[in-house]
Amino acid sequence: MKINETPAQREFVAGQRRRKRAVLACRILLLAAVLTIWEVCAGLGIINDFIFSSPSRIIRCFYTMLLDGSIFLHTGVTVLETLVSFFLVVTIGILGAILLWSSRTLSEIMDPYLVMLNSLPKSALAPILIVWLGNNMRTIVVAAVSVAVFGSILTLHNGFRSVDPDQIRLIYSLGGNRADVLKKVLLPGSVPLIISNMKVNIGLCLVGVIIGEFLSAQAGLGYLIIYGSQVFKLDLVMMSIVILCGLSAFLYQAIAVLERKVQGTE
Amino acid sequence: MIPKLEVRNLNYSYHTMDGETTALSDISFSVKSGEFIAVVGPSGCGKSTLLSLICGLFKPDSGTILLDGRPVRRASSGIGYMLQKDHLFEWRTIRSNASLGLEIRKKMDDLHKSRVAGLLETYGLEPFSGARPSQLSGGMRQRAALIRTLALEPDLLLLDEPFSALDYQTRLAVCDDISTIIRDRKKTAVLITHDLSEAVSVADRVLVLTGRPGHVGAELTVSFASGETSPLKRRNEPEFSTYFNEIWRLLQRGAEHLPDPKGNYAEVLHEN
Ligand SMILES: Nc1ncnc2c1ncn2[C@@H]1O[C@H](COP(=O)(O)OP(=O)(O)OP(=O)(O)O)[C@@H](O)[C@H]1O
Ligand SMILES: [Mg+2]
Repeated sequence: MKINETPAQREFVAGQRRRKRAVLACRILLLAAVLTIWEVCAGLGIINDFIFSSPSRIIRCFYTMLLDGSIFLHTGVTVLETLVSFFLVVTIGILGAILLWSSRTLSEIMDPYLVMLNSLPKSALAPILIVWLGNNMRTIVVAAVSVAVFGSILTLHNGFRSVDPDQIRLIYSLGGNRADVLKKVLLPGSVPLIISNMKVNIGLCLVGVIIGEFLSAQAGLGYLIIYGSQVFKLDLVMMSIVILCGLSAFLYQAIAVLERKVQGTE
Repeated sequence: MIPKLEVRNLNYSYHTMDGETTALSDISFSVKSGEFIAVVGPSGCGKSTLLSLICGLFKPDSGTILLDGRPVRRASSGIGYMLQKDHLFEWRTIRSNASLGLEIRKKMDDLHKSRVAGLLETYGLEPFSGARPSQLSGGMRQRAALIRTLALEPDLLLLDEPFSALDYQTRLAVCDDISTIIRDRKKTAVLITHDLSEAVSVADRVLVLTGRPGHVGAELTVSFASGETSPLKRRNEPEFSTYFNEIWRLLQRGAEHLPDPKGNYAEVLHEN
């Protein structure tokens, strides 16, 4: 606490802290309440725990798979596929945006096609991808990339185009060429945009991976969900969904940390 | 003697799907080495376009621009261009912003680096050389932008309303500061401004452009009996308000498109 703080300022800060703690407490309470009601209803037979599962059944299922190690395999496969497609999307997104920026004619030619591909529901492509690429991890990665890549190219290209023309003029007046504009202004100036785009992409890649795993996989959380529902092991399905929740929150937070790091250095 | 800069019968038009905009028509003037000239004119009369042409960023439709008697090349290193905003990049430190031109021209050797360090030292930015632009005041940022321009050692400086983004107080101080630096370094300068008192306080000569298409309506030599060149002090000289009113009158006349065939003033070169 600073020495010259007025009582009013101290009161304000304390008030804000109290509010923050209250919000956190309510969040935890809400989760606990939902889990308790679910467990109690399942225990009393109000809902059929064979269909709706229950927190304790999910934990038991998780524990069994932890013992035989299969949970690591499935989660690991999904994480791997998500990260590979994420890196591909980021790379292709940046390169594609640079390519479109480098030629106005090309960007005008490609624009309607990119917009169309971006709004196409990508799950429609998945069956075709299986036929073309086979029943393997490659199909899943391509499916995931297709979900995110077009939007990424469009967003980044838009960002490049909205750079202040005077900044570009500055580079030219210092004797630079288009490559200098790219290296000195567009790329460094677009770092915040690239990162906020990454936040969107990591979520979309996870969606794409799960769609892909639904259709063609021998392992992964999406595979567990489909397999579990086919053999009526709904504990397995519910557990996979819970892990997916945790996974997506974790991946998103990882990018948020990266974002704060970058902002910190600027 | 060959003038530092000579502009002859320059014409330029912008073309868009909405039509053609003639920005400059038949502009001619010349600037002696070491001279400081100011260009005033109504908004949209093509002042910024003129600087882009001199800097070689655009190609004129017709006419010639000679720098030291030779046609200008695109972004020749003899010309430094300062824009309205400082455009210091937030992702670079002040030192690396100031060396941007050197980086682009691949001149990041020890000699040039130490020159930038020297400039930062001379102009009081040394303590901030590792800081980000947002940590500096508006005036210091303009200085940093000037150092970025000076690092390439141009002889001719083109200044496009470089102070207009600043508040009035800072603006007076920064204008005094920057123009003193430019005069001390014996650079030739072309300053564009909307502020008539700024034009009178810094320039040796003022070009008055008419409304679009821009055309040199009049040329006025500014000389103070005391030989004063400091902008702040010039404002207190007796001739100051005479020159101010004169430029005001010339601008009004240009705005009304009143031709003055007799040319009551010796300075009037071109008639409408
Ligand atoms: N890229 C462009 N395309 C079409 N017309 C343009 C373009 N840039 C400028 N113009 C037009 O050319 C004229 C001159 O523009 P310029 O920016 O040189 O004027 P200016 O004297 O610098 O104006 P200001 O005092 O507002 O800065 C204006 O009427 C403007 O509308
Ligand atoms: Mg302008």
